[in-house]
Formats: sequence, structure tokens, C-alpha cells
Amino acid sequence: MAITTVPETPRKPGRPPSPYSARPQRTGLGRKVRDNLTGHAFLIGAVLCFVVFSWYPMVRGIVMSFQRTRRGETTWVGWDNYTRLIADPSFWPAWKNTFYFTGLALVLGYAVPFFVAILLNEFRHGKGYLRILVYLPVMLPPASALFLFKFYAYDPSEAGLFNAILKALHLPTSQWMQSPEMTMPAMVVASTWMNMGGAVLIYLASLQNIPGELYEAAELDGAGIWRRIRHVTIPQTRLILALLAMLQIVATMQLFIEPLILANGAGAEDSATSVAYLIYQHGFFQNDLNGAAALGVIMLVVLAGFSAVYVRLTAKQD
Amino acid sequence: MAQDSAARTLISQTQISRGRGRIIYWTLLVVVVAGFTLVFLGPLYWMVTGALKSGQEIAQTPPSLFPKDPQPQNYIDAWNNLDLAKLLFNTFYYAIGAVLFQLVLDTAAAYSLSKLRPIFGNVILALMLGTLMIPAMVLIVPQYVTVIDLPIVHINLLDSPFAIWLPLVANAFNIFLLKRFFDSIPEELMAAALMDGATSLRTLWSIILPLSRPILGVVSIFAVTAVWKDFLWPKLVMPSPETRTVSVGIYAFAGGTPMNVVIAASVIAAIPTVIIFLIFQRNIMSGLTTGSIKG
Repeated sequence: MAITTVPETPRKPGRPPSPYSARPQRTGLGRKVRDNLTGHAFLIGAVLCFVVFSWYPMVRGIVMSFQRTRRGETTWVGWDNYTRLIADPSFWPAWKNTFYFTGLALVLGYAVPFFVAILLNEFRHGKGYLRILVYLPVMLPPASALFLFKFYAYDPSEAGLFNAILKALHLPTSQWMQSPEMTMPAMVVASTWMNMGGAVLIYLASLQNIPGELYEAAELDGAGIWRRIRHVTIPQTRLILALLAMLQIVATMQLFIEPLILANGAGAEDSATSVAYLIYQHGFFQNDLNGAAALGVIMLVVLAGFSAVYVRLTAKQD
Repeated sequence: MAQDSAARTLISQTQISRGRGRIIYWTLLVVVVAGFTLVFLGPLYWMVTGALKSGQEIAQTPPSLFPKDPQPQNYIDAWNNLDLAKLLFNTFYYAIGAVLFQLVLDTAAAYSLSKLRPIFGNVILALMLGTLMIPAMVLIVPQYVTVIDLPIVHINLLDSPFAIWLPLVANAFNIFLLKRFFDSIPEELMAAALMDGATSLRTLWSIILPLSRPILGVVSIFAVTAVWKDFLWPKLVMPSPETRTVSVGIYAFAGGTPMNVVIAASVIAAIPTVIIFLIFQRNIMSGLTTGSIKG
């Protein structure tokens, strides 16, 4: 491992002021003020960036969602932006598509990396090579990888890679991105290929932390491979599994570049429009930054709902 | 990630080193290695060689495995028509700046939060970590509005590299990673430096930073790849052709350019990150896992 952590010094959870900070020769208020000023001087650059580009925009997004700016004049409009957004014919399809993508990505992008990690963890050979392979697509610029899928893999004629494979196997070929039914599964496959490497590596690291004696004991009790996975591997990696599920939901709910590049945005019969794409459309093409901000707030509320459920579920298990 | 071959995993060493277990193990290994190579390297091979095919060859059925008549001209066209030199330079410039800004400002902040612990430090840290819960798409509109008219100073940052550099400093994950590393540096070292009369800056520079090279490397690599991979933000804040990043530039040209040339450009755009990965893969992987596992 490249990161070598210096051995941790035991420290009480309450973090008492470190013994050297109050030097005997210079105590008192002046010293304290100066110490604090130094501390804040080191913080100021990053804090300013957080203020301007993170905390303030968060508040401003909520404020904007209740305002309307026309010809340079900003007025309060109450819930108008929200009602207008919900009336947009693409609003419900966008949510349906986003949830569909998130669900499908959970099945494929969540279960697959876990079992890939379990498999890789059993290998005594070639592990380094396999690890590099799964992570390689993560390093590609998403635009590059998606053009590859768009032009070469999902080509609807038989010259496309996937159709050529299907044809060679005597299976029916597909129109891929031009068929409303295949659009989402095709996007999930591309997205999983691009992103699963990170999850595999994180699972691998957590699998290596499972004490071997647990497997030993389970085996002595006559547990087969599946029961060992169910009763040792999964409980031992439960926290990481739950954490990654949450992170993945948050990431996939923001589905944007896949529809933009693979489906030119909306896709066949609105089958690719995502909530994030709708934000982009409203904000930067329909000159409706306020509506886009309102949709952003709706997305935040939905994700906060997921987080609340997540906290509930994980708290219960502990 | 110690590769301890004796460590007990799901299946015991003895079970796979004899008889039937051994045959199954080796078959599975060969199948997985071949399968993974096909699934993860295959598309990249297809990409690199596909960009060498002529327009006719790309449309033929079934597709050919090797380009019959390689056309390096596609790569040359991509380089010239899309002005890739300029796009790559821009992206590289943004990436280097992002590394410098993040290293200086985030390291200073993490040092302060970890070692100097000024008043309200914990509140600030909590507010920073809270931003990890906010999805980027939610902030994109108000962030854009902020960048085109910065509050109080009223400066428009469109087409300015600061529009990429400064928002990236507000990266709670970096601060968390750095702070956790600094926390593991023993207080005694700090105390000794203070005894010798070193200032806080001096302690950071001469004691903390030399010990922190691995984590600084991880932060730098993540900063470079984040800039290289980012799409929507640079697309919004770098609207003119002269300031575009490489991903955005390829996307902008994709409509009116033959697809072989677009793919050739995509290959060229991917080369820098792939090289960075192959050189620094150990650091990247360990950074990824330390950041998430013990966190």
C-alpha cells in the first residue's frame, strides 16, 4: 500500500487542547487570540471557496426557485416555478426514466461488482492485472467512452459490435438507442462498464479485512460456499455495502452525460430524458434558470428522502 | 492491501491446491482472465483500431477484427480539424492549476482543522462535510449564476480558468482525506517543533508536508483526473472554442465530423488519463480505498 499512515497516537474522543499549545511563558488571552487567528488564516482560502461556490449557491438555489427573473427584474412568484415544472410534459417521464435507470443500475452496477470482488479475492494469481482491468474504464473521460458505445457498440445496423455478436450467436439484433425499450438497459450497460471499477476496488479492500478465522469456523460447522458468503462475507461487509448503495443511488439519480451523448438528450420518444437533463434543458436552453433551480430543489428533497430511509435502515441493523 | 497469500479467504488454500479444487480454480482463473480482458480491454482495442478503419470498412457487415487498410489519416484529421493541441493544452492547464489550488488551500485548511484547531473549527468541518451530501446537479444552476456574477465583487468568471480552479477547492473529500492523514501524525512531533520555536507555517512546511507525500500525491492525481473527466461544468463555464476542454471540444465537433475522426479524437483525449493511471495505479487504488473504507 502506498499510503503509510503514521501510527495513531491514542487520543481521547473529547479532544482536549494539546499539551503544548499553552506554553508556560506566554499564556493568557492575547496568546489565545493569536493562536485562533493563525488557525483561521490557514482556513480562510478554502472556507471562502466553500462559501462562494458551495454554501451560498445552496441557499441561492432555494431562493431562486421561488423567484422569477424577467428582463433583469426579479420578483417573488411563490410556487409558480414548481407548478410550471410539474406541468412540463417531460417532467414525469424524466422521473420515471431516472428511477428506472437507478433501479436497473442497482441490480447490475451494485450486485455485479460485489460478486466480481468476491471472485477476485479468491484468486491467488493475476489479481493485480484483473484489478487494473476493471479500473481502467473509470479513468477514461466519460465523453470518450460514450462515443465509443454510441458509434461502434450501439450502431443499430449489423456493423455495430453488439449486433455483430448477437448475429454470430443467432440471436435477434436490436436497434439499441433507437428503440425506446432498449435505451435504458443500453445506457445502464455503458454506465456500469465505465463506473464499476471503483466499487470493485472498495469491496476488495473490505473483503481483505474479514478475519480468516470466521471462514475457518463456518467451514468447520459445515457451511458451504453460499452459506459462507451469506453468513460471513455479507454481514462482515454490511456497512460498506450500505454506504456504496447510498452513494450509487445519489450518483445514478444524477444521470446526465449518458443521455446527452448516447441518446442526443431525450432519446426515442422521451425514453432517455433524465431529471438532470431536464435541469440542463430548462436552465441553459429554455432560459428558465428559476425553473431549473426549482427542479434542483425537488431532486435534493427526493435524495434527502432516500438518505433518511438509509439512515433509518442502517441504524436499525446496528 | 497486503497481498498475504496465506490469508484465509472464502475458500481455503488447501481446498484449491489439490485434486478437483485445483482444476476448478485454474479453469475459473483462465476463464475470468480471458473474460475480463475481452470485456474491459476489448472495447479499447475496438476503439483504437476502429478509428483506423475507413468509412466504408466501418459500415461493413460483419465488422472486421483488424483494419484491412489502416488509415492513420483519421488521427491526423482529428488532431488538425478539432485543434486537439489547443484543447489538450487547455485541459492540461486547468488540471495543473486545479492541483496547485487544491494542494495549497485544502492542505492549509486540513492542517488547521487537524493541528491548530481554532475556535469553531469543528463547525466549519461539519459544514464542509455536509456538502458531500449535496448532489452536484442540484448546485449546477445556482453555481453557474454565481460564477457569471460573483457576489459583492461582481466579476464574471466565464472563460476564466478560475471558474474551474476555485470551485474545485471546495472539495470536502480532499479535506477529509488530508485531515485524517494529518490526524495520524503524532502530536509529539508538533510539540517538538514548537519547542524549537517554529511557527505554524514552518511546522507545516518542514514537518507535516514531508511526512504527507503519499496523500498529497493521491490528492493531486484525483485533481488531475477530475478535471480531465469533468464535462458539464467546463461545458457551461468555458463556452468559447478557445477555452474549451478536450471532452467538451470533441462533443462540440461530434455533430459535423465523420465518426471515425470523433473516435480517433476520443482515443487521443483518453491517452493522458490512461498513462497517469498506469503510472500511478498503486497510489490511485490505495487512495480510493483508504478514503472510503475507514471513513
